[in-house]
Amino acid sequence: MENNSFILQMQGITKEFPGVKALDDVNLSVKEGTIHAICGENGAGKSTLMKVLSGVYPYGTYDGDIVYMGQVMKFKNIKESESAGIAIIHQELTMIPELSITENIFMGNEIIKKGMIDWAEEKRRTYEILKKVGLSINPDVLIKHLGVGQQQLVEIAKALSKNVKLLILDEPTSALNEADSENLLNLMIDLKNKGITCIMISHKLNEIAAVSDAVTVIRDGHTVESYDVEAGKVDEDKIIKAMVGRSIENRYPEHEPNIGEVIFEVKNWCVEDPDVEGRMVCKNASFNVRAGEIVGFAGLMGAGRTELMRSLFGRNYGIYRGGSIKIKGREVKLTSVESAIKNGLAYVPEDRKNLGLNLLDSIRKTVVAADLDKITKHGLLDINDEKKAAEEYRNSLKIKTSNVDAGVTTLSGGNQQKVVLSKWMFTEPDILILDEPTRGIDVGAKYEIYKLIHQLADDGKAVILVSSELPELLGMADRIYTIFEGTITGELESSEANQEGLMKRMTITSN
Amino acid sequence: MKYLKQVLGQDLRQYTMVVALAALIIIFNIISGGRMLTSSNFQNLISGNAYVLILALGMLMVIVIGQIDLSVGSVAGFAGMVMALVAKNYNVPWWVAVLIAIAIGILAGAWHGFFLAQLGIPGFITTLGGMMIFRGGVIWISHSISVPAPEQLKWFGAGYLPEWGPAFTGMNNSTLLLGIIGIVCYVVAQLRKYKHSGDGNGTKDPLWAVIVRIALMTLLIGYFTWLFGSGRVGTSFPVPGLILLLLTIVYHIITQRTKFGRHVYAVGGNKAAAALSGVNVKKTYFLTMVNMSLLASIAGILFVGRSTAAGPADGTSWEMDAIASVFIGGAAVSGGVGTILATIVGGLVMAVLNNGLMLMGVGADKTQVIKGFVLLAAVAFDVYNKKSGKSSIIGRVFGGNKKAAN
Repeated sequence: MENNSFILQMQGITKEFPGVKALDDVNLSVKEGTIHAICGENGAGKSTLMKVLSGVYPYGTYDGDIVYMGQVMKFKNIKESESAGIAIIHQELTMIPELSITENIFMGNEIIKKGMIDWAEEKRRTYEILKKVGLSINPDVLIKHLGVGQQQLVEIAKALSKNVKLLILDEPTSALNEADSENLLNLMIDLKNKGITCIMISHKLNEIAAVSDAVTVIRDGHTVESYDVEAGKVDEDKIIKAMVGRSIENRYPEHEPNIGEVIFEVKNWCVEDPDVEGRMVCKNASFNVRAGEIVGFAGLMGAGRTELMRSLFGRNYGIYRGGSIKIKGREVKLTSVESAIKNGLAYVPEDRKNLGLNLLDSIRKTVVAADLDKITKHGLLDINDEKKAAEEYRNSLKIKTSNVDAGVTTLSGGNQQKVVLSKWMFTEPDILILDEPTRGIDVGAKYEIYKLIHQLADDGKAVILVSSELPELLGMADRIYTIFEGTITGELESSEANQEGLMKRMTITSN
Repeated sequence: MKYLKQVLGQDLRQYTMVVALAALIIIFNIISGGRMLTSSNFQNLISGNAYVLILALGMLMVIVIGQIDLSVGSVAGFAGMVMALVAKNYNVPWWVAVLIAIAIGILAGAWHGFFLAQLGIPGFITTLGGMMIFRGGVIWISHSISVPAPEQLKWFGAGYLPEWGPAFTGMNNSTLLLGIIGIVCYVVAQLRKYKHSGDGNGTKDPLWAVIVRIALMTLLIGYFTWLFGSGRVGTSFPVPGLILLLLTIVYHIITQRTKFGRHVYAVGGNKAAAALSGVNVKKTYFLTMVNMSLLASIAGILFVGRSTAAGPADGTSWEMDAIASVFIGGAAVSGGVGTILATIVGGLVMAVLNNGLMLMGVGADKTQVIKGFVLLAAVAFDVYNKKSGKSSIIGRVFGGNKKAAN
């Protein structure tokens, strides 16, 4: 094997979406036979870059060159990049659960003899490939009977069956437990020794530190840094600095907090993943929020922030495995969303379109949807009250619409979010959980939402602000908890916190 | 166009089927030489279709939650048969038999609701099973023989309202009273709405539009009152029609003005969002299925009353007519969309088609084919309109090109 020769060089890659420059002159050079880590915040452009590489975005829709094994490649689709030996293992697994391992591995690549599938040959080869990834199971087993870790290995085996030379792993361990993660990392080193180059996208700096030979940091669609490292001796702080390295501009309104008593207290909250048995998405989470306080929750995608909040909100997510909630000093059992609402909790979900709104409804019907009892008189809904409530919020939150009877889909993202906030303000909660309240909203609308959050805090409500944007948390929250892999890893007054300190707690487990 | 909108409201699309219904009635009336719009024909049309329309009321809610109920015909037949057998074999009063039939409807609904809500088995499968179970049950308990029904039930299934009061009105006075009540209710509702229409930030409806609206509706109700009331002496607006009317009002209020109704639309529109807003999704599924089978048993009772006997084939393929009515009324297959009133219009379109084709002497075979095409055309037209964002037939005829808000 030749040393120091590049298997892949992506040069000056620029990819634009309508209105957004997702990648701007990104360079990536990967040496043959190494493990190359790519780091960056959510939305930095890592996944877009990999989609350019694998042909999901075909040649011509981006600028720049992909030089692979010394040749400029012009992939039109995934099939072409695959036949060149590039394979991606996605975050979400893409196998068919009802089919066997063999069938999945040879899907679209079946070995045909006399017009029929040669099952004996397929099985023999599957068996061999499975051995390479350290799996010794019957190739006839259905995918759905495998654990997530094993499925991931089969996915890699599938890539190996196609003679892969460059393997891209997108957040490979995000759904795995610790033992499976370690197993996977060992496999990567094993593959490297067999001459297969790996690109690994990960938030887990300890994993990057353990296996990678080179690191590239991407931020806001630019390559920030790219350098060789020695596996096991990686400066994690340096990576963090490069990942965040952005200053807080004056994007947040001024606010003087007026903080009262603790009104929401969670102790030792534990939640199990409903899909993966034995995987805890929240481990002994304990925190508290005071009246009039804005408490931030910092964590990267998949850290368990949303899962924690949804399970607190009437056990809407996961399997409850212990822990207690105290509201205003009194212990409560919130076993349904309805009881959570009755006890003064409100949850604004991060996924507005799929969880926050019924897109078929009008603004008027949405505003009252979470507390219909309030407008019910003698068993009937009072439509005039409903209209009054909707008009009130339209005026106070400045929802831009000509008519509250208009459908919510006629609104912009920012105004839709205001409608969702109205819906929850209408329930007059004491504790508001806002999960990524400004995602996908333009800057102007963000400012208005920030002002609204301040106003809610000033009204004496406890506000929990979940966000993956660190500047937002530092600009808005009075106190910040960091969360990583379902565990609360730190608690900081926001006056003492900075992005590096937070990111460190959001990523590291190695020390 | 602007004036039309002020009278009928912003969303003219909802009137597409009303216009189609009116056109069908007029066309059939002309072709059949005036035999469509006669008292006896309309009395027959209503009492002969009331049971399917009652099923359609429940089916609308089932379809709005994103499910389907294939068992309603079998449940209706089963409930009717049990009622007839109980009355015949155990010598109980007729109303006890009726209550037993209704209880059977509720139990059947609880059975379907359990599998759908608790076990998460899709309604299509659950009720396909129910369809076979209850159809088989009817044949089993009846030994494939028709069973005579209590006499008193005939009044519910095909009866007329009493004659009373002076004769100078020239029509059945019960029907007249009904018509007057209808007009008064409409006027009161419109005036109340007018009074509140300026509240908040909304613009007040012009008074003339309200008056035109009231005048149009008064004419319409008045005409049908006369049509139903002026028939042969002893006939009136049929009793099953009255039952249908009352149920329609009740279910219109349930779906539009109660918490449960909102939950039905919320679950059908976005199940996950509904759950996060405090809606008990399982309970909503369960109650909707119970309600459907309850209505099925009522439909079965009315049908048995009308035909004076419960037969082993009663209710066969009623589910299809009910489902067709709901979709012609503009409900969405994916759930979350549809109204009781539009469903009734959809059901009446089917009923008028049946009736008109029969008057023209078209055989049942061809009627079936035509109904199939009408269903497809109605839904295709609706889907096409929604995709292209164009307005309804009315909108085009009157040259409007603005898309309605919803």
